[in-house]
Amino acid sequence: MLTTQILYALTGCMIVALGLRGALLHASVLQRIVAINVMGAGVFMLLIAVAYRGPGLPPDPVPHALVLTGIVVAVSATALALALVRRLHAEQEDD
Amino acid sequence: MNTMGLLVFDGLLLFSIVGLAWASLATTDVRRGVILFMAFGLLLAVAWGRLLAPDVALAEAAIGAGLSGALLLAAVHRQPRPLSPGATHDSLYRSAAAVSMVVRWVVTLLSAALAGTLAWGLLHAFSSTPQDMLPRAIAENLAASGVSNPVTAVLLNFRAYDTLLELAVLLTSVLGIFSLGPATPGYQPAGPIFDGLVRWLVPVLILMAGYLLWVGAHAPGGAFQAGATLAAAGVVLRLAGRARIGLPEGFALRIVMTAGVSVFLLVGLTLLLLGRPFLGYPPAWAGALILLIETAAMLSIAATLLLAFLGGQPESTGVKAAANRQREEISRC
Repeated sequence: MLTTQILYALTGCMIVALGLRGALLHASVLQRIVAINVMGAGVFMLLIAVAYRGPGLPPDPVPHALVLTGIVVAVSATALALALVRRLHAEQEDD
Repeated sequence: MNTMGLLVFDGLLLFSIVGLAWASLATTDVRRGVILFMAFGLLLAVAWGRLLAPDVALAEAAIGAGLSGALLLAAVHRQPRPLSPGATHDSLYRSAAAVSMVVRWVVTLLSAALAGTLAWGLLHAFSSTPQDMLPRAIAENLAASGVSNPVTAVLLNFRAYDTLLELAVLLTSVLGIFSLGPATPGYQPAGPIFDGLVRWLVPVLILMAGYLLWVGAHAPGGAFQAGATLAAAGVVLRLAGRARIGLPEGFALRIVMTAGVSVFLLVGLTLLLLGRPFLGYPPAWAGALILLIETAAMLSIAATLLLAFLGGQPESTGVKAAANRQREEISRC
């Protein structure tokens, strides 16, 4: 058991909870999108902490690859969500 | 290494990260929230560096903090202004008071419970010594993978399926964005100072993208980081109000958008025809094939991220001509 690993993993859990709370409670859609991104960052922190093996030791590359994939998928999902928001605003302006 | 000093560093870093996450979500000013979120992303990149994940740190700095921030800020900018300060007359924005105190507390407690459950599960998992079967298997087969950076080996060789499907996800999201409406109008031409900066910045970004792509085989870097850097060059050109931002038009744009998925599939299918498993590269060819796929993936990723920033299909002359033709046909009917 590594102190560093536990410290970062527990922080990851906290960030997931913060993001989830924000995503559920926020009134503004844009801030909900930010909150979901924060939640994702918490999950990434968990994965990177799990991959850590201590100073000087090579970390597990599989979670790193998963997080890299996750970052790119998160940004594309965010972009799609923002395009949906823009369309929703446009529809409301038409009404 | 000074263990105590590192512990203090970890404490300060994590405290700042949690503080920024909290602050970016606690504010009701969306612009402020987005800017704090970008700072949060940059500190995360530092944390990934600290946990010996430089590949992820590069991607986080370029995509998580950089491009996500640019996307969100542009969205804040486009957001219709409320009629009076503080009041939102938009049914998308439920008034904050409508969410009662009870609901707030229930959601907070449930989120805390989820964090507790996650933490409990993790501590349980950490208490057993890791078997490390997967990392060992990767280390043993790294020599045959064609690259010496283990993360690139996982992404482009051992788990190439994941990356192929990820490129398909990117393509799908950009098709979704296309279907939702035209691109946002461009920005005003930049002033002389910003324009001068752009002249320097764009070539450097393109050069850096090429370097990141090449170096990904044996050091931190790769198609994702390179693609994001290339997209950043386009975003900078767009922000400077340039009409041409490096995206090809019409059919060429479609080729670039789908290059990642199609080259990946072609390589996989060719290998199948040659009697090898799908995406099972022959070790002698692995390095070259990975570079070929990564080059195509970089171009697709850059185009996708840039199109995401535009928020729709760019109005090219070809598209306009097609639209006009269509309109004529409809009027003729």
